[in-house]
Amino acid sequence: MIHHRLVIIGGGSAGMAAAIKAYELGEKDILILEKNNYLGGILNQCIHNGFGLHEFKEELTGPEFMSRFSKQVNELGIKYRLNANVLSMTKDKVITYSSEEDGLVEVKADAIILTTGCYERNAGAIQIAGDRPVGVYTAGQAQLYLNCYGYLVGKKVFILGSGDIGLIMARRMTLEGAKVLGVAELMPYSAGLNRNIVQCLQDFNIPLYLSHTVKEVRGKNRVEKVIIAKVDEKMQFIPGTEMEFDCDTLLLSVGLIPNNDLFNNLGIKFSKTRGAVVNQDMETEIPGIFSAGNVLHVHDLVDYVVSEAREAAVGAVKYLSKTTKHAGFAYEIKQGFGIGYVVPQVLNIDDASDKVSFKFRVAKPFKDIVINIKEGERVLKKIIKPAIVPSEMEIVYLPKEIFQKEDHTITVSVEEKK
Amino acid sequence: MRELICINCPRGCRLKVDDDLNVTGNFCPRGVIYAKNELTHPVRTLTSTVKVQSTLERRLPVKSSQPLPKEKVFDAVKELDQVSVETPVHIGDVIIENVAQTGVNIVATKNIEK
Repeated sequence: MIHHRLVIIGGGSAGMAAAIKAYELGEKDILILEKNNYLGGILNQCIHNGFGLHEFKEELTGPEFMSRFSKQVNELGIKYRLNANVLSMTKDKVITYSSEEDGLVEVKADAIILTTGCYERNAGAIQIAGDRPVGVYTAGQAQLYLNCYGYLVGKKVFILGSGDIGLIMARRMTLEGAKVLGVAELMPYSAGLNRNIVQCLQDFNIPLYLSHTVKEVRGKNRVEKVIIAKVDEKMQFIPGTEMEFDCDTLLLSVGLIPNNDLFNNLGIKFSKTRGAVVNQDMETEIPGIFSAGNVLHVHDLVDYVVSEAREAAVGAVKYLSKTTKHAGFAYEIKQGFGIGYVVPQVLNIDDASDKVSFKFRVAKPFKDIVINIKEGERVLKKIIKPAIVPSEMEIVYLPKEIFQKEDHTITVSVEEKK
Repeated sequence: MRELICINCPRGCRLKVDDDLNVTGNFCPRGVIYAKNELTHPVRTLTSTVKVQSTLERRLPVKSSQPLPKEKVFDAVKELDQVSVETPVHIGDVIIENVAQTGVNIVATKNIEK
């Protein structure tokens, strides 16, 4: 069995950012395990621009953004194994991976950061009625085929779900000669960013049907027709609102799910984000095992993924230097009215850095609200928001000294103005 | 009065522009530039891929080094189809000069060594 002090599973943006941060903090014995034959993860296929505005103060494409990190990993001489597929990990931090070059390898780690990203919800997950023809793809699959392999998956396309990848693919496929007939979104508001509605749909006169979803897919071998209909507040189809589209492809952009398979056998708790329950250091219930990036909760921007991965790296280095106590005053962080989720869920204030980050999303769109972060009944922070939507994650940093250790519950909640 | 959504960053500011091109609702100065461009000569950054003669990759991702006039985007895409790039190629290498007579270059956005 080989041994490394810090093993990072997943060499995408989060994994590379965590490795670089840990290295800068003095931890030199790092191994990154990456299942693909390249570093950078999903950003390789995200060839559009808009990455790095926070991180680098300039607008980069996905490959440009990730190459800045992979360059640094190489320059620092941080070890990584490509084509290394991690099969399992244990509570005792023994990781088993397989690769053509190395065979079956067991690695004992002192600390682990899981940065395995997320995967797309697919056709099976949303139970679309009708036939089962060829031509139903997730948006990310179509993106991989087009941007990395040069194949257009269809000529006449309908898109279900207004997530950003679906919107980006509407533009990409249009530019490559496909006709995108429309986008249907189940909710009465878009799941994607406003800028993508403008530059990916409106620029090409692609209609967006809010409160609509696919009622039926028809096609003997290949997709021939997609039928959509409007839904009411209870998500039931409204009879007589059906619309038919003759098309050969249905793209699905219906959500992303943290890829937590490696945590399944550890018996740890998961939160509403479908990622692990973590403390202020992005550390799971098992001391020394951390989780960051889209495997913890799905982010809007890679810039935020990178900053969260660094928080996990700081935590891991603290743990490795045995300065984390895992004791003292602990808070449970709860989502109150109007809040979808909050990360972290646990705050061990005596272990915390000078600033504690709270990341959260609202459960539905609101206008003219105040978001309160309270310790017991005492308000720690008020945030005034003229408008807020679930597709925008909020980050708040609170100084350590405002926590009074009086009440063990911190609540984030929405207060509507009367 | 026109209402626009700024596309410069994920913030997506809701801009208001009056008849004299005075812009309000912007969080940063880029919103003003965007709104004025959008109402006089709208521009877009193009990202796409081109063929690459490589043993590692099948496509080279590229972008326009500057935003292009919006109406020239499809002309530029057509020119991309004519290109086949040799390796090694690096980020920022010019792939097409003066694409679609816009004065803007198409540049590589990925390093491919062989």
